[in-house]
Amino acid sequence: MNKNYHTIQVFLKETLEDRTGDKVGGLLKKHFSIDSGKIIKGKLYVITYPLSDKELTFFAEEGVSDKVLNYVKINLPLSQNGFQKCIVIAKLPGVTDDEGMSAQQSLFDMCELSSDSSLQHIFSQDIYLIEKDVPDLTLKTFAEDFLCNKLINHISRGSFESLSQPYIPEVKLAVDKSVEEIEIDLSDEELLRLSRNKLLSLDLEEMRAVKNYYLSDDTKKYRAENNLSVNPTDCELEIVAQTWSEHCKHKEFNAVIDYADESRNTSYRVNSLFKTYIKAATDVVQSALEKNGRYWLVKVFSDNAGIVKINNDNYFVWKVETHNSPSAIDPYGGAITGILGNNRDPLGTGIGGAKLLFNTNVLCFGPPSYSLPLLQGQLHPKRIFEGVRKGIEDGGNKSGIPTVNGSVIFDDRYSGKPLVYCGTGGVMPKKYLTKPTELKPISPGNKIVSIGGRVGKDGIHGATFSSREIDEHSPRSAVQIGSPIVQKIAGDFLRAACERGLIETTTDCGAGGLSSAIGELASISNGAVVRLENVLLKYSGLKPWEIFLSESQERMILVVSEDNLNEVLSLAKHLAVEAAVIGEFADTGRLTVLYNEKVVADIDIEFLHNGVPKKYLSAEWTEPEKIAADFPKQVNYNQLLTALMRCDAISSREYLIRQYDHEVKGKTIIKPLMGKLQNAPQDAAVVRVSFESYEGIAVSNGIMPKYVDIDPYNSSAGAFDEAIRQIIAIGGKLPLSGEQEDIFWSVNDNFCVPDSVYHPESNPDGKRKLAQLVQMCSALYDMSTFFSIPMTSGKDSMKNDFKSAGVKISVPPTVLYSAAAKIVDIRDTITGDFKSSGDLIYQVGATYNELGESELYKLLKLKDTAIPVVRMEGAKRVYKKMMEAASRKLLQSAHDISDGGMIVALAESCFGFDCGAEIVLESENELTIQSLLFSESHSRFVVSVNEKDRNTFEEIMLDDARMLGSVNDTGIIRVAHNNIEIINLQTEALHFAWSNGLTEQVI
Amino acid sequence: MEVKSLVITGYGINCEEEVAAAYRLAGAIPEIVHLNDIFSGKVDIHSFHIINFPGGFSFGDDIASGKVLANKIKFQKLPDNSTLLDQLKKVLAEKKYILGICNGFQVLTRLGLLPNISGKFEQEVSLAHNIQGKFIDEWVTLKVPNAATPFIADMDTVELPIRHGEGRLIVLDEKIKHAVIDEKLNCLIYANNPNGSMLDCAGLTDRTGQVFGLMPHPEAFLSVYNHPDWGRRKKQGTINENGDGLKIFKNIVEAIPKNPL
Repeated sequence: MNKNYHTIQVFLKETLEDRTGDKVGGLLKKHFSIDSGKIIKGKLYVITYPLSDKELTFFAEEGVSDKVLNYVKINLPLSQNGFQKCIVIAKLPGVTDDEGMSAQQSLFDMCELSSDSSLQHIFSQDIYLIEKDVPDLTLKTFAEDFLCNKLINHISRGSFESLSQPYIPEVKLAVDKSVEEIEIDLSDEELLRLSRNKLLSLDLEEMRAVKNYYLSDDTKKYRAENNLSVNPTDCELEIVAQTWSEHCKHKEFNAVIDYADESRNTSYRVNSLFKTYIKAATDVVQSALEKNGRYWLVKVFSDNAGIVKINNDNYFVWKVETHNSPSAIDPYGGAITGILGNNRDPLGTGIGGAKLLFNTNVLCFGPPSYSLPLLQGQLHPKRIFEGVRKGIEDGGNKSGIPTVNGSVIFDDRYSGKPLVYCGTGGVMPKKYLTKPTELKPISPGNKIVSIGGRVGKDGIHGATFSSREIDEHSPRSAVQIGSPIVQKIAGDFLRAACERGLIETTTDCGAGGLSSAIGELASISNGAVVRLENVLLKYSGLKPWEIFLSESQERMILVVSEDNLNEVLSLAKHLAVEAAVIGEFADTGRLTVLYNEKVVADIDIEFLHNGVPKKYLSAEWTEPEKIAADFPKQVNYNQLLTALMRCDAISSREYLIRQYDHEVKGKTIIKPLMGKLQNAPQDAAVVRVSFESYEGIAVSNGIMPKYVDIDPYNSSAGAFDEAIRQIIAIGGKLPLSGEQEDIFWSVNDNFCVPDSVYHPESNPDGKRKLAQLVQMCSALYDMSTFFSIPMTSGKDSMKNDFKSAGVKISVPPTVLYSAAAKIVDIRDTITGDFKSSGDLIYQVGATYNELGESELYKLLKLKDTAIPVVRMEGAKRVYKKMMEAASRKLLQSAHDISDGGMIVALAESCFGFDCGAEIVLESENELTIQSLLFSESHSRFVVSVNEKDRNTFEEIMLDDARMLGSVNDTGIIRVAHNNIEIINLQTEALHFAWSNGLTEQVI
Repeated sequence: MEVKSLVITGYGINCEEEVAAAYRLAGAIPEIVHLNDIFSGKVDIHSFHIINFPGGFSFGDDIASGKVLANKIKFQKLPDNSTLLDQLKKVLAEKKYILGICNGFQVLTRLGLLPNISGKFEQEVSLAHNIQGKFIDEWVTLKVPNAATPFIADMDTVELPIRHGEGRLIVLDEKIKHAVIDEKLNCLIYANNPNGSMLDCAGLTDRTGQVFGLMPHPEAFLSVYNHPDWGRRKKQGTINENGDGLKIFKNIVEAIPKNPL
């Protein structure tokens, strides 16, 4: 055998049951109608480190296998008696291989070897042994579709003889330190070609601005004086493209928009959606709060995450991001890097080092039943679902951060590009020693220290990539896999260093890599000098600009004063974190990038951050035609309710919830599923802040894209209302509601919209899409200012379109509101499940005939434009009454009414211990029975109240509550309408339908 | 006397804070210490009464859960050229206690500290992937057949959450299996086996009762408000603010011999 490498195969002992192989065989049978016989899964480690036979055997037996569970084969070819074929899946060169790196760590520990442990010498691979002679081509297709992703994995398959040489994914790159100068004095056409060819994603105006900067006398003079090329270097152009990318500069949210509404005969101009609606709303709320002596709003929009005050000792730091484009092409990698990346936002806010308290995720996918032929580059929604699920599982569980709640919605239009929203909340002390933590001070001379992962070619052009639509030519380098363990270790170190007062400030290294992180920080001190030769690399061969732009994961940038530098570096070493000093801040007004003293980039910071031209866009709205559905005369409500319980929108998310650790840290008080049977779905999650007090934080998400085509304003207002009412349901309090305590609210708005820039051929309905966005923002302003609930941070993702083979799939304009609010005492919170027989059931809030886009109408395929409208005054009145009822401890349970309407909420409230309910409904006014049961009108709750509290409760509620009936122990839900029984179903049967709806489809 | 409890962290361990909180609530003095502070000799594990390996994902559960950490403990040299495993053996000789929860339990089995039938600290059991092949977070009911270790004194049943992907106990051979049964070392048993564990085992002790390892998380039930049904229990008036998991920590803090270190 060639001794340049060793191999170790590890298998589970045959006496032990292994369902993994059976599952794989099942997939082959289901999708290819092939009987593969038995399948055995194993592991292959390829080792390129020189080892003696003794060391190798020792490592195989003690290091990578377990004598109770495994047997090993050392330096033997792949083969197995009675088996004919084999698939081996490896990582492609440079793709994160945590298992290989951990094996290597063990090897060094065990054999007392010392080597550069950050360079990879062990490569882990998966082996599938297949009993029958399955054709090679089938194996390839099967492996690509079900076992791995060909963008990140290498697949070997075939007979054992054909696989005698293992694949070794060593990175081999020619060293190329060259810096290219790029001609910029070009015609418009040539400028656009340059932008396209270099994947800059800059439009003509922006390319002209770059050209004008370089051709200006000032620039020419400066560059001549400093021996710089007249033309920009590759690195400079890349820095500008990254800084000016939609992802980083939010150009469309800052554009001038001419808005016209023909149906209402109005038109107006909006100068920046962000300033006009989002920032303005928070400004209004802030002054209202401060007028009332409330000073909990600490930092908004100006840092990686918003900061609010929990109490006199602690801040709450909260950010929600999206990771859509990467998740479309590699769902697992996209989701895990999304979560870990979002974790770095609170970690890199203020001085940094917040303790991460929880994660939350909202996912928008194509339906699992999607049956259209897949376009080139398009993954089936089920595959995206499973990949993203696994990414969230590993991203959260392995980091020790509980995933406390979330939401999944399905729509055909998410079948091209899914939306993956990741949110993280953390707690940061108000001070580290004497340093106020919310500030980000940087002085010239402060050192730039990079910690965490090393830099490779991964993720180059991520920021510009996410600013374009996806097509079949999307760059493979945009795919990356996160390493939760590297980040966990780096995060632990960061907190320790911050607590000791050693860090001036921190930022995360995300989209745009060092260019973005240092570029932003440099605007604080007004200058920085970076020395790229000091950046730690995964492998050699990167060009200087690639080092500066790479988005390799798990990195943070620390700002450290010269005095603290040695202590920071030695603490990092002690805690096994790689750290490198890669430059220092300056006050030169320039971002200067050097590679071995050669100038790679030298850009004016003012031009870099403020030189991007403003965009001018048009929005046009026409009211859709009104449609009223004809509701069938005869319907079977038992069947309808059962069918609704199992539909995609409503059915149980237990399959996801149980695979996410939602209670690590021991602080999760309201979990996604509660009750004796652990099966009653809840509204907002509640997390305790510390073990020493009962203060908590409620977390909720509101998202309603289903209404956006009919009424974008109410789609956004409704989502905002949903986020509020979920927190009211668990006993939360509105700000400025007369309570004595400071009760912070902190909302992240997250817009994910399709390309909304009009183009006669490629985007003919762009003006309408932009009009939808304008209306959504205007609803944000109205809701935020009316309820005095501020936005503290947010994100926009503007090109959520998937294009392939001439087909475009665009997401519906979607806004997610993620709200967090302080809970004064978690012991007073309220769960959604009924508590005991005899309690009275009420509906709080008013129902309207608003069945347009309801789950009922979707089930019956009825079209109606009467969608739920938010009535702010009424909503606030109802919420205040709910708050009073909660304060007086009258609510035994409270559950918000959303998809499926009142009857679905009521059924869910029965789940906790399979109780029954006796409900009597009377028609009143013009409300139809289907509306009473299934309308999705906003700002409503199903609550239960002890009989003894009946009078007090009704005195508070007056007309805002109607009694529905009572809880009993029959285990049967009965509903009578005008004295006729219309529903009679066992709670257990409804639970069965609800549990199996989604699960049956995704597993 | 103050009971000092060492809570080990680092390399992906992530339940150290709640374990420390558990000991604080139980009246002991916990100290969270990074493994490298032990390996560098800065912290001496012999100045504590209880050594705790909390849950988490040490080294990301790569290769197998707890494997890389166990090998570090077995093979990496301390300044005096001994290994941490040697020191743990000494801790037991000093009549002190070792607790491993979830990932910590996985580490203890791989180190041969549990069940240690042979007395030679050789691996005799392991924790394999759950039979469903999935991570599971749910609350389970556990039975305590006998108080084979002081950690579970005066307990009959207890409800705790499990949160693991690799919790299926596999015993090396029949001989060890019988010894575990005969010597009553299978001291925490699932009422409804959630992961295919042999002997319905959720936790093990050794002959001395000084080492206790379990897959469920007692530190995740320090307050009654951790329980999924706290809402109804509170309304029914059957509520005590302490969670049942705290009892395990109180038990051991009480059992520490009243002699100074």
